[in-house]
Amino acid sequence: MTDVKGLERMATQVRRDIIRMIHQVSSGHPGGSLGCADLFVALYFDILRHHPEQFTMQGKGEDLFFLSNGHLSAAWYSVLARSGYFPLNELATFRKLNTRLQGHPTTHEGLPGVRVASGSLGMGLSVAIGAALSKKMNKDPHLVYCLTGDGELQEGQVWEAALFAAAKKVDNLIAIVDYNGKQIDGPVDEVVSLGDLKAKWLAFGWETLEMNGNKMEEVISTLREAIKHTGKGKPVVILMKTEMGFGVDFMMGTHKWHGTAPNDEQARRAMEQLEETEGDY
Amino acid sequence: MREYQILGHADTRSGFGEGLLAVGKQNPDVVALSADLTDSLKMDAFAKAFPDRFIQVGIAEANMMSMAAGLAIGGKIPYTGTFANFSTGRVYDQIRQCIAYSGKQVKICASHAGLTLGEDGATHQILEDIGLMKMLPGMTVINTCDFNQTKAATIAIASHAGPVYLRFGRPKVPIFIAPDMPFVIGKGLMLQEGNDVTIFATGHLVWKALQAGVILAQKGISAEIINIHTIKPLDEECVIRSVQKTGCVVTAEEHQRNGGLGDSIAQCLALHHPTPIEMIAVNDQFGESGKPEELLVKYHLNTPDIVAAAERVVGRKI
Repeated sequence: MTDVKGLERMATQVRRDIIRMIHQVSSGHPGGSLGCADLFVALYFDILRHHPEQFTMQGKGEDLFFLSNGHLSAAWYSVLARSGYFPLNELATFRKLNTRLQGHPTTHEGLPGVRVASGSLGMGLSVAIGAALSKKMNKDPHLVYCLTGDGELQEGQVWEAALFAAAKKVDNLIAIVDYNGKQIDGPVDEVVSLGDLKAKWLAFGWETLEMNGNKMEEVISTLREAIKHTGKGKPVVILMKTEMGFGVDFMMGTHKWHGTAPNDEQARRAMEQLEETEGDY
Repeated sequence: MREYQILGHADTRSGFGEGLLAVGKQNPDVVALSADLTDSLKMDAFAKAFPDRFIQVGIAEANMMSMAAGLAIGGKIPYTGTFANFSTGRVYDQIRQCIAYSGKQVKICASHAGLTLGEDGATHQILEDIGLMKMLPGMTVINTCDFNQTKAATIAIASHAGPVYLRFGRPKVPIFIAPDMPFVIGKGLMLQEGNDVTIFATGHLVWKALQAGVILAQKGISAEIINIHTIKPLDEECVIRSVQKTGCVVTAEEHQRNGGLGDSIAQCLALHHPTPIEMIAVNDQFGESGKPEELLVKYHLNTPDIVAAAERVVGRKI
């Protein structure tokens, strides 16, 4: 049985980690990280079949996760550490010289949990498709997950990947779009609108689900529904509505916190809203 | 001096196709991806023999390069196949982030490189690819000279740890490397010993360099001819050892001077053994339509150009 309350408490702690990590070095991307904290926790503490303490690059016999929008590194690192991939206190090295926790995720420093570098946008879905194909070739029935941003869908490569995955029936793949409607220069609708995004994925031949990514119970149930749709000849995508900055009132409802670090006072106010549930790093 | 015998004529891309089939038989982890150029790259034999290990990606090279990285994560050894232009410039960021920086075992196999692509013209005649690839940390860069060498290289790169850029071409050219010659990544190949000048050549210009060597001998100049098939990592020991003997250098390649083999040799010599050098390469120009041999003449990548460069550089020796 899934302990939804427990997952919610973990998500609150992850949000604390995000703010503390970014504040500590006065750099990073709090907005999307806060918005996707619930998804990261749901995946790593409930959905993924994985072995955090015996990380291997290939991940044979495990589900794999790829973060395409690598600027959500703070959220991912927090969840990787708290689920056992590397020591929790290493979060204190985020974005500092000689760290394994680079500004954007990389395999280059050997951080367990990371299988490819990401940061330059639009590539993660293609990588995930390649990994999913190798699972099929290896007769490994496990699944591959990939998170992308919504602004990231402006990259043409994403649609090359979307076309390919449906045409070649890559049905062991679940893509999740962080549909927060915001990007660096403003609302996605104003920068370059995605139009009817659901209709686009449907037209590309994907099984298309929707969920509120900031309601843990719904995140869990939708991910489980997505899993039921795998193995049926179609890739699966979840359009995940989130609020950028979720959990910190003054970071919500604006794109301004995409890539801005809080100052001391802002970090203090954020901490007041995020209870220390699992112990700070 | 020995004269090399022409063992036949074939395109280097056919050497790739045969090598891919052979390495596919040897190693079940080898998979191949094609971006709608399966026949052009002679990958059809592999596709027919191993349909479950062949992925037709369509005209989507960015997707292909990142997918190849994903396949490498799954323990595969992916060979990507498309033209050199679409293997490098078009997908530079995908290669940089997903393959080179991520340290993936992807073998980027690039045909139709250089001017000798011919009639299709400058849009397809990439002359910058060696430079683009050699700048990426950890990338091995290979440019093969004939059918047999291309086949051997295609097989050898499977067991090399890390990403590789393998460059070859379109036209039928002489075969002169023995079919059983082992391909050793990163080692210069001595083709002819000499005393007066060293010619370092790569790709299609290796045969031109050998022809130049014959003419130079008639003129009383003893040329040492070394095939540098691996531009990175450069066999610096081989380069310096030869130049210590001959005292001057000609480089020959079907590539821009900027970023090519000549640039790598010049850097090595400037640092370790300053030496007069002449470079046979395209100098800051785009190509154009024409027959391969006509283009090599017009852009001064032909045998007489190598001969003239050798005579010039011998005259510059102190």
